[in-house]
Parts: sequence; structure tokens; C-alpha cells
Amino acid sequence: MADIIFKTQGVTKVYDTGELKVYALDGVDLELFKGELTVLLGPSGSGKSTLLNILGGLDHATDGRVWFDDLELTDMSDRGLTRYRRDHVGFVFQFYNLVPSLTARENVQLVTDVAPHPMPAEEALDLVGLGKRMDHFPSEMSGGEQQRVAIARAIAKRPQILLCDEPTGALDSTTGVQVLEVLRDINERFGTTTVVITHNAEIQRMAHRVIFFQDGKISETRINAERLAPSEIAW
Amino acid sequence: MQAIDKKLLRDFRRLWMQAIAIALVLACGVAILLTSVGMYSALSETRTAYYERNRFADVFVHTTRAPESLLPEIARIDGVLNVEARISGDAILDIPGRVKTAVGRVLSYPEDREPVLNVPLLVQGRFPNPMVTDEVVVNAPFAEANGFEPGDSFSANLRGQKRELTIVGTVLSPEFVYTIGPGALMPDNTSFGIIWMSERAAAAAFDMTGAFNDVAIAVAAGLPTAPVIDAVDDLLEPYGGFGAYDRTTQQSDAFLDAEISQLKGMAAILPPIFFGIAGFLVSMVLSRIIALERSEIGLLKAIGYSNTEVCLHYLMLAGLIALAGVLLGWGAGTVLARSMANQYAQFFNFPFVIFRVSYWVYAAAGLAGLATTSLGAAHSALQAARLAPAIAMQPPAPPRFKRSFIDEMMARLRLTQPTIMILRSLLRWPLRSFLTSLGLALAVASVIASIFINDALNEIVDLAFYQTNRQDAMLIFSDDVLETTLEEARTLPGVLQAESQQFHTAILHKGHLSKRVAVEARRPGTDLSRVIDASGRLMTAPPGGILLSIRLADQLDVQAGDVIEAEFLSGRREAFDLVVTGLVEQHFGLGAYMDLAFLNALFRQAPQLTTVNVTLDEHQTEALHKAIKELPELSGLIEMTENRQSFQDTIDQNVTVMNTIYIVIAVLITVGVTYNAARIQLSERARELASLRILGFDRGEVSYILVGEMMLIALIAQPFGWLIGAWIARTMTNAFTSDVYAIPLVLQPATFTSASLVVLTASFVSVMIVRRRLDRLNLVAVMKTRE
Repeated sequence: MADIIFKTQGVTKVYDTGELKVYALDGVDLELFKGELTVLLGPSGSGKSTLLNILGGLDHATDGRVWFDDLELTDMSDRGLTRYRRDHVGFVFQFYNLVPSLTARENVQLVTDVAPHPMPAEEALDLVGLGKRMDHFPSEMSGGEQQRVAIARAIAKRPQILLCDEPTGALDSTTGVQVLEVLRDINERFGTTTVVITHNAEIQRMAHRVIFFQDGKISETRINAERLAPSEIAW
Repeated sequence: MQAIDKKLLRDFRRLWMQAIAIALVLACGVAILLTSVGMYSALSETRTAYYERNRFADVFVHTTRAPESLLPEIARIDGVLNVEARISGDAILDIPGRVKTAVGRVLSYPEDREPVLNVPLLVQGRFPNPMVTDEVVVNAPFAEANGFEPGDSFSANLRGQKRELTIVGTVLSPEFVYTIGPGALMPDNTSFGIIWMSERAAAAAFDMTGAFNDVAIAVAAGLPTAPVIDAVDDLLEPYGGFGAYDRTTQQSDAFLDAEISQLKGMAAILPPIFFGIAGFLVSMVLSRIIALERSEIGLLKAIGYSNTEVCLHYLMLAGLIALAGVLLGWGAGTVLARSMANQYAQFFNFPFVIFRVSYWVYAAAGLAGLATTSLGAAHSALQAARLAPAIAMQPPAPPRFKRSFIDEMMARLRLTQPTIMILRSLLRWPLRSFLTSLGLALAVASVIASIFINDALNEIVDLAFYQTNRQDAMLIFSDDVLETTLEEARTLPGVLQAESQQFHTAILHKGHLSKRVAVEARRPGTDLSRVIDASGRLMTAPPGGILLSIRLADQLDVQAGDVIEAEFLSGRREAFDLVVTGLVEQHFGLGAYMDLAFLNALFRQAPQLTTVNVTLDEHQTEALHKAIKELPELSGLIEMTENRQSFQDTIDQNVTVMNTIYIVIAVLITVGVTYNAARIQLSERARELASLRILGFDRGEVSYILVGEMMLIALIAQPFGWLIGAWIARTMTNAFTSDVYAIPLVLQPATFTSASLVVLTASFVSVMIVRRRLDRLNLVAVMKTRE
């Protein structure tokens, strides 16, 4: 079995609105493995995104412990988390979150400017098949292209982990498949541990490992003996 | 260049209209700071250098006639460094080609040496040959105004002796940087000139052989002048000394000093206001940008940018705006300061102007601009830094609106939904509404503060020239003459009405306080020169007492009914106890008034007069001037009509310039505030307004929400602007009050109206420019964009 890259112990996240406490995560114990593509599945509000934010160092857990390799993220300072994100994590979001005033190339450079061992922005864009659209602004690109820029931006730093929150959520089926293909390609070519959040059940079929969420807890973990190529998936 | 820096530059380019609106306000502050500090240092450095090079005296005294043998005694007074004794006197001048007479102040020029003090600087020609009695040099502005060149000549009535004088040179003197003739309010170089002639000639003309009547004294550096003044007064008392005074009372220096301190005041008051408004605008715009870029901030942090980097990114945006403002301000300030320096050089007669705005002034102005905008940006930038990335990535929670009694009121008033939207938005962000209003209020205030000066000066002119001094001209005599001379004056050609007036220099004492003033005496019921108080009431100084202007009474700390001691420096130099019979509120000078008969009775002499005030038949001007050129006792004729006109012209010119500057400033502030506020409104409400359009509201109705809210804020700003404006005006009247004049607080309804009109119009135009964007709103795109 591969090495563990993420490990959580009783991770809990409580949103206290004053009148009532909302448990977004309720004692999650989890292990993720190096080089795997994991899909987190579950309905809205089941805690997937909260967990992804905690794993990515965007948020702190209310309770419980989190490790990345040997690095414990649990009580890490803001500065430490920034460092961690800068050095190890790549993010892909549902709404791409590109900076509208920067071209595709410059959006990627945003990362390569601060990452320790980045690949050239052009190479990252080539990898996602956008080598010819590098100097276009986000407003001049389709949704699928924008998402691929976002992926290029995430992988340009050669991250150990790629965290994707609903990467196909805003895309139609055909474009969504193209994006998934890029993700799988990256995962296979670089062995980048990839975590994909989705509430689209079809996507689980391309994962090594599928984790089901329900009410802030893991309800089931499944390992796919046989994975499908994205092109074989449709929704 | 890093990608994040490219983002910065592109953001700046996208915001350029807003950025320029802010930068212009900031530039105003920087430019005014540079100009006022630059002018202040130019004037004071030039003055210091000029005074030093040409050895301007520290103490001055005029006396009736003192023997030269007294000079060594004056020189022996403790602290006295140098003494220059001179002969001085006034003369009526007959200038070829000029119908009207001019007045000349004659000063003696030493024969075999250069003067040790108040050294005139030769501009053209040479100094008079001591052996030739009709050679003179004149002050350069007088020569220039009358078109004189060395070699030209004019005639002068020197104590009844008509003499032809030849100009051999022109000079400038530190004593006459600001040259103002007797009885005049503004410099008029055509009708008043300074004439230097050889000591021998002056002594002969004024009967001063072996004597002098004017002394200038240099006091050792760092020593107080007061003990020297006392000692000189004691020495000169038997010789009719008129009381020594130092530079603070020397006319030319006093005017220069008033100007310099005004510049200092300007540097201290105005720039901070502009910096403050620019800071506020930056904070307003940046907080909106940060609200709009919430998800980008989250993204930057998710990617690994640190809080400091994010904070710096937004601070640098403010820094770019500041940079634009500072550069604009530096440019405008340099040009403005230079042109003002040239204007000053014409107004004040300096031989040179040291104009050098030191680098530290530029640096300080730049730093102040940068600091205030950074301060304005700090809150928003820190907020950006503090935004937790996971939260930043989510859309912000919708603003909380709560029901309150105001909603019930609105419901009862049956307001339309758009009106309710306007009012709710005002109440939802009360601080922002208040600050926007405050910005516009300051714009209103700045217009009020400039227009009111116009009204105030008009009131001064009206009181001083049309109500107090109504004579066409004043005949001035070398010495007091018997009041019977009035009859002679009445027989002069063209004189319709003639009245006597007497002036005596006196030091008024009350306890330890004292003030040197000119006491005016007149007959009750005189019609041409009257005492009028600020409310236009005619005042008469009753026999047996003295009437004081309120500012003079304040300086002496006396009330009506108190007794003061008046030490007269003329006549027998006696001191009398006088009852203060009343106080007069006046804008001009430090007036002290007595009954002419009573004053002469105190002096135990037949009634005398110093000047005759006359009204004239203008058709006989030529004959009159011809006649007075021949009158021996006359030392001058002051044309009040000309005086009024030149004063009025100068005021009009200055006021027009001032008003234009302040209105431009107010418009800049208004545009800066309104344009930015409206842009922010639009960006916050684009989705809301687009929704309304989709629901079927037409453009006018949707525009109403945007324009209505801004104009409502602008309307609310008006009363605050009036209050602040009135307060600034009051502060200015207090700050500008000096011995020479007091600015009355005149606030006319028209002033408030014009100020409001300027600001409301500028507001409306700015918001209408933003409104145009509503027409271009792409309804579908707006609805699709993720908030």
C-alpha cells in the first residue's frame, strides 16, 4: 500500500451562529494516500468543502488533529499555513477564480512568482492544452478553458497535492469531461495526489478511492478495483 | 514584473477616472503646501537677505529738529550698533505731462560716504553729486510708473520754494519694499515717490543745516529694541521726538510681515483639509474594491500569498494614486509658486527674489500625501489581510437590513419602492453616508470661505470709503496750520466744500499697556470725514473725552468710562488723562477720536488743522492742481477718488482670482466625492438595478435610485456645509485681524446659495456621468456573474 499523505483524527468544525451550533464536520477520521485520485462525494452541506479547506490549510478545525506527511497542520500559525499552501498545495475551484485583469499566462505566473520550484507558466498551460491561448484574458475564454487555466495555475508549482472543489460544477458534460481528463493526466504523469469534491456521482468511477459524506461524517469509503477513463463517463 | 504587480497596474488603469478624481484633490493639497511654504520661504529669505545686504535699521524715529551734536549720544546708548541721521520731508511734485500733483518723500543722502543704514541700491544711473543741489535719485517704481529716465526732471515745492530737480539715478531701498503714500491704502507709484537728494540740498530746503529730523538705528543682533527705544525717546524729547518705533511698526516691514504670516497660515490650514478628503476618498474606494475582489483575495491566499503581501498589494494601489496626486501637485505647485513669486516681486519692490523651494518641502509634501492616502487605505488593506481565505472564497453574506420605526414611517408615507431603497441604503451605511456628506459639506464650506471675503471687503470699502471718508481729496500740510486756513482752502478753484481735521501721534497708556496711535480730531457735525461704527451709526467724539475703536480698547484693556493717559508726541508733548467716552466697532486701523476744539483747548492753542478735506468740482481739476503747486504750506494732495478706485481694482482682481481658485477646488472635491461614491453605489447595486430593469422598471426609474441617493446625500450636506463654512469664515476673520484691519464676518444668504449651487451642480454632473453606465449595463451578463 502507498504511503499516507493526509491523516485526520476526530476533526470537527463547528459554526457557532450564537443561537445554534452547526456541525459542518463531526469527528472525521481519514487517511489519504500518495499518488491516489480520491473523490469526495456527498450532498450539499455534508462537509466535503469544509474538509477540503482544512486539508488545504485555508481553515482551522475546531477540534481534532490533521497531518500532512509529518507536518501537523492542527495548530499551525497563519504564517505557517501560508507557507504550507505556497509550497505544497494546488487548488482548483468551481468558479475558476481567475483574476480578470490578468491573462491566462499571468494568472499562472501569479503562482510561479511565489512557488519554490515551479514549472514555466507556458509549460503548465501546454499541459492543459492551452498553449495557444496564453495571452487571452479570462473574459475571452469559455468556461472549460477558464477551468483549465485554473488547473494549469494549480499544477504549475508542482504541488504534492491537488485539491479540486467541484471542478466541473459550472461546466457542461463535454467540457467537464475534458477537464477531468486533464486532472487524470496530471495525476498519472506526475503522481500528484488529487482530491476531487463533487456531488456528481458519475465522477467517482474514475477515482482510486471514493469517500462518501453525510451530515459531517464519513458514511462509507470505497476502493475502485477498476477505474474508468473520463471519456467513458457521461452525465 | 511579477504577475501580481501587473494586476496592480491593470487595476489602476481600470480605475483611472476614480484615481484621477482622488489624485486631483491630493494634488491641490500638495500644490498649496508647496506654494505657500515656497512663497513663505521666498519672501522671508529674500527679506532677510535684502535687509542684511542693505543694512535695514531696527529702530526708527522722527523728530522736529535735533542738533547733530546729539548723534554721539545716541550712538552711545547700550546696544546701539550704528546710527544714521537724515533729513526728511514731504513735498508736492509737479510732474511734466501730468495734470495732477504727486507727493514726494524727500530724504537726505550723505555727502562723502555711503549711508551706514537703509542703504539704497542703485538700479540705474548714479548717486547725486553732493556739490550740485538739484540732482536727485528716485525710487525705481516711481520712475518706472512715471516714465522717468536718468536725465529727466520734475519740479518740487520744497517748503514754498519751487525747485527743478534732475533725476540722475533710480534706486531701491529696504525701507520701501512696500511703498504707500500718506493717507493711501494701496501703493500708487505714479502719485507717490521717494526722492534722495544731497544732504546739503535737503538741509537747505528744510532748514536743517547742522540738524536732522529723522534717525535710523541698528541694534546689536539678539538684543531687544525696547530699551533702545526708551533711551532714544528720552534723548530726543527736548527736540520734538515723535516716539521711536521698531520694525513691527515700520510701514513697509509691517505689510511684508502681515503677508508672510498669512502665507504661513495658509500652509497650516488648507493642505490638511485636502489631504484628509483624499484619504477619505481612498478609504472609500479601496474598501469597495476589496469587497469586489473578495474572492481574488481568497485566491491569492489559497495560492500562498501571505497576509503582508496581500495587504501591501492594496496599499500599493493607494500608493499609485498618491504618486499620481503628488506628481501632479509637485508640477502645479512649482508653476504656481514661481508665478506667485514673480507677482510678489512686482507687488513688493525687491531688487531680487530668492526663490528656492527646498527639496525637503517637496519631500515633506510628497510624504504627507503618501501618508494620508496610506492611512486612508490602511483600514481596508488590513481588512483584506485579515480576511480568512476560506471565508473570502465564499460570497459575502447579504447586508443585514432591520426593520425599524423608520420603516413604519416610510410605509405610512406610502413611499415608492425605489425611494424606500434609497432611504434604506442611506440608513444601512450611516457612517459612509455621513462621511460622503461631510466631504461635500467641506466643498460647500470652501466656497463660502472664499466668497465671504468678497462681501467682507466690500463692507470694509463701503464703510471706509463711502461712509467714513467721503471727501474727494485731502490737502496735507507740512505742519499744523491755524484753522483759519480753511477759508483759504475754500477759495481754491474747484473746491466746493472744505472741512478741517487734525492728526496727532500719541501713545495711549492704561496701566502697563500702551499703544502708539494717531489721534484724529474733528469738529462735530463734519460731513466729509466721519466716525462710523460697524453698523453704520454716526458717532461723535464729545468734548472732554476720547472715542476708541474696539480693537484698540481691547489692546489697552479698557472699557467705556475708564480713564486712559494720552501722551502726545507733538506740540508741547504733554500727557493728559482722558475719559473713554465710547467704543466704536471698526474694520480699519486702530482709531482714536477727539473733539477738535477740546483737543486744541487741552493744547492751550488756537484751533489748528493738519488736513483739509474737500469735495471738488472735477471740471476744475487742472486749475486746482495748478494752484496748489504754488501753495507753500501744502505738502501734499491726496486724491481719494483715485485711491478708492485703485483699492477697489486690487480687491476685485484678488477676489476674482481667489474665488476662481476656491470654486475649482470645491468642484474638484465634489467630483472626487460624488463620482467615487456613485461608482461604488453602481458597482454594489448593479445586480439589483439590473434585476429591476428585468422586472420592467424603465431607465429613468432605475436611474432615480442611483441619482436620487447621491443627490439626497448632497442635499443633506448643504446645512452642514453652511455651518462649517460659517465656522471657517469666523476662524479666518479672527486669524486675519491685525492692527491694519479687521475682516468683518459678513455672511449673506447669496453666499450660501452660490456655494450650494456650485456643489449641487458639480454633484449632479458627476452622478450623471456615472449614470451613463446604467445604460450600458448588460442585463444578462450582470445576472450571470457570480457575486
